Amino acid sequence: MQDSLLQRVTTAITGWAVALLLFFPIGWMVLTSFKTEGDAVKSSLAFTPTLASYGEVLARADYLSFALNSVVVSVGGTVLALLFAIPAAYSMAFHPTARTRGTLLWMLSTKMLPPVGVLVPIYLLFRTAGLLDSRIGLVLIYALMNLPIVVWMLFTFYKEVPNDILEAGRMDGARVFSEVWHLLLPLTMPGVASTGLLSLILCWNEAFWSLNLTSAGAAPLTTFIASFSSPEGLFFAKLSAASTMAVAPILVFGWFSQRQLVRGLTFGAVK
Amino acid sequence: MARRNRTGVIWGLAAVLSVSAGAAQADSTITIATVNNGDMVVMQKLSAQFEQQHPDIHLRWVVLEENVLRQRVTTDIATKAGQFDVMTIGNYEVPIWAKQGWLEPMDNLPASYAVDDLLKPVRDALTYNGKLYGLPFYAESAMTYYRTDLFDKAGLKMPDAPTYEQIRGFADKITDKAHQVYGMCLRGKPGWGENMAYVTSLVDAEGGQWFDMQWKPTIDTPAWKKAITYYSDILKTDGPPGATSNGFNENLALFGSGHCGMWIDATVAGGLLYDKKQSSVADKVGFAPMPTGSYKGGPTWLWSWNLGIPASSKQKDAARAFVTWATSKEYIRLVAKENGWVSVPPGTRQSTYDSPDYKSAAPFAGFVLNAINVANPKGATEQPRPYEGAQFAAIPEFQGIGTQVGQTIAGTLSGQSTVDQALKTAQSATERTMRQAGYPKK
Amino acid sequence: MPSVIVLLAWMIVPLVMTVWFSFQYYNLVNPEAAGFAGLDNYEFLVTDPDFWAALTNTVILLGSVLVITVGFGTLLAVLFDQPFPGRNIARLLAISPFFVMPTVSALVWKNLLMHPIYGVLSVAMRAVGLEPVDWFAQYPLASVIAIVSWEWLPFALLILLTAVQSLDHEQREAARMDGAGAIAQFFFLTLPHLSRAIGVVVMIETIFLLTVFAEIFVTTSGGPGNASTNLAFLIYARALLQYDIGGASAGGVVAIVLANIVAFFLVRSIARRLEV
Repeated sequence: MQDSLLQRVTTAITGWAVALLLFFPIGWMVLTSFKTEGDAVKSSLAFTPTLASYGEVLARADYLSFALNSVVVSVGGTVLALLFAIPAAYSMAFHPTARTRGTLLWMLSTKMLPPVGVLVPIYLLFRTAGLLDSRIGLVLIYALMNLPIVVWMLFTFYKEVPNDILEAGRMDGARVFSEVWHLLLPLTMPGVASTGLLSLILCWNEAFWSLNLTSAGAAPLTTFIASFSSPEGLFFAKLSAASTMAVAPILVFGWFSQRQLVRGLTFGAVK
Repeated sequence: MARRNRTGVIWGLAAVLSVSAGAAQADSTITIATVNNGDMVVMQKLSAQFEQQHPDIHLRWVVLEENVLRQRVTTDIATKAGQFDVMTIGNYEVPIWAKQGWLEPMDNLPASYAVDDLLKPVRDALTYNGKLYGLPFYAESAMTYYRTDLFDKAGLKMPDAPTYEQIRGFADKITDKAHQVYGMCLRGKPGWGENMAYVTSLVDAEGGQWFDMQWKPTIDTPAWKKAITYYSDILKTDGPPGATSNGFNENLALFGSGHCGMWIDATVAGGLLYDKKQSSVADKVGFAPMPTGSYKGGPTWLWSWNLGIPASSKQKDAARAFVTWATSKEYIRLVAKENGWVSVPPGTRQSTYDSPDYKSAAPFAGFVLNAINVANPKGATEQPRPYEGAQFAAIPEFQGIGTQVGQTIAGTLSGQSTVDQALKTAQSATERTMRQAGYPKK
Repeated sequence: MPSVIVLLAWMIVPLVMTVWFSFQYYNLVNPEAAGFAGLDNYEFLVTDPDFWAALTNTVILLGSVLVITVGFGTLLAVLFDQPFPGRNIARLLAISPFFVMPTVSALVWKNLLMHPIYGVLSVAMRAVGLEPVDWFAQYPLASVIAIVSWEWLPFALLILLTAVQSLDHEQREAARMDGAGAIAQFFFLTLPHLSRAIGVVVMIETIFLLTVFAEIFVTTSGGPGNASTNLAFLIYARALLQYDIGGASAGGVVAIVLANIVAFFLVRSIARRLEV
């Protein structure tokens, strides 16, 4: 390390300044959640912390039920998407046809359809199928929503696997299923994991379908937020408290899993 | 078909069984969709008492912010999906939905409910073909709020019936931008229920209207120009920064934290501004009627949040029990007992306004009652009009039109366009939408 | 291959329904006026005076956020690749915005940060004697871009950092030995190495940025005027708000067509590098 001391100090200061700047909105939100409504509009740092806003939010809504729905639906949607995407990405990567590339891009482009354009068709489908306000319904829609990205990411990971390894397996008479299960999955596990993590985060934060397709039973945390945004009267502190509660689980989860996320990405598309 | 028949048989059997089981009614769970406004949050809290009185009825709550809720319940009722048993809807929706047969009529109400006690203008707005299709939870008109301390300091006196001209003069005098006091706060956030609610009533006051008898939009008329010029000028000179993002709630927060000299908005704010817990100016709030313009006596402002039962509900009896409970005199007394008279849901019942307790707790009560009584939602504008409604036009297309015109008008506040440009754009956009919707009809 | 077909079938059902509805007069709150509409819904949308503005805004939003996130993302990735005390924690803080729900970010930015009266920014500006800026009225699109960039910068940072770290240290040492300065190293070694990662960032972000909705809905409602209306918001305001399902579907189809055009250019410019 020939870097001068000055250089290292500058790096450290810039690094921390940038980090704190990016984190500031979240930090401020957490801080505001401990204020009273009156202090919240004053945006000063001198205040007595209080849990009153949390108390009020918890008294009004059953946080645990919303949080549980969020967990179930995000995990369910991710698992289902992976179940569909693994074989599809497999066949695209190892048995490509002339149309594979076009199909893949077309799939990605459907993801660019604004959900507001398809709300009612989906609503009608769900009504007929009895899927409104059900976790299964949300799981289905989340899986559908994330499939293009999941397939594409897995595809890039599979592309990295030398065909020889699979060839060798095939020689040994491995069937397609066991080829995927015993050879491909272990090889690409970090990639699959990071794809899953990404999908999980996207599901957790999805706010359009969850708001429109659920009522009381299957509503996840994004709906919980919608009952605290812009009501009558002062609401900054309550909103901050509710937001903190909605964001905290995924944030902590994200912090712990980011290494995994990064490890997978190194393996595949990004390398 | 076969499948439906079988289900029918099962339902029939179930019915027989339940009849043979005698009075022992099956438990029912009803889902209530409501807005996250203060009065509804209180209703949700107090509903535990309803469940105690009706051990066989369980309540599930869906509390959402207004815009999300509206989209949610409209999609549900229009597709007859039956997700909700009680819906909180405005007096804009009630007649339109009743016409489609989507709502259960609220007839055969028990005598103890005292339907005649509901204020007549509010009741009329919820009546379609002679039947009530929703029961009012709270109702509001609009009035002028002002800061008595600022008026005293500037040596001003609010007249009993101010005109827009006078208001303009007051606003100029009490604006003190150095201390973040802005003479006039008005809704600027685009939306048919936000800035256009106020703008519509202002336009009516200046002799304008949305459509002529042939359903041709009349936004490019002098009345609109006069109204929008006034609106845009007063907000630019005396309004708070960020007026284009201020809706009702934002202005309430601004006035409550001492940043507004005057504010013309819904009467429901009275109770909130007067509440020391929520407002730092509780002892300095004065009230006056809505200002008048060149055309007096036209429609001003009438909004109510009502509880309605969708025709697609499968628990209509339980839903009806809840709706009549939450809009009853007893409920109002319950809120008074728990939270004080000033917090009762306003604007629905004559008995509330006759109550001496309410009158002493809420000094603005007389203004509110009067404002509701003269709101005149079915009344005439200066030129005859083919639609009803006070601060909105009661046609299904108005949500889209109001929001689009609202955006254009907000553009005059930020200087994106001049009043003339904005009105021209709004006129042609509205003509387009009306043509697309198939007007003129009939 | 069968799995691909199942996949496509599943994805195609909503699409076919959307296309079908886009040729119908179908209004939820006005059920009497139903029937075949031909291209009416499309005509209505495409001849909307705000349509082109919305399209431009969509592209500006996409372009600016991509430039900001990739630009700063690369710089930050290099920064966070350097060792400094507490680097891991700083990195965690920096990537946090990605985990926050878009609705929450928009609400926090609007009410707690950029509010012209209570917001931290306006308080700070007043403290140094400046007139606070009314962000959402004066710079509506720029404000939305700022919020969206804040949400996506961490994503770009994460991916690009991964790529920077995978850069061979020996290679870097060699470059240094050859006397390459930090800047030369960045341009001739790091940047080319990152091209593929940048491709990934652009690809994934494009998918989400074309349909930005919550941030606009919460903050500016597309205004003032049409200053911050993008295509997704236009479809919402013109069609869904009046429950015009035909119109909303037509909007969806137009969006898909545009998405395919964008996808086509993506293929041209970056997908080759992604070895797709």
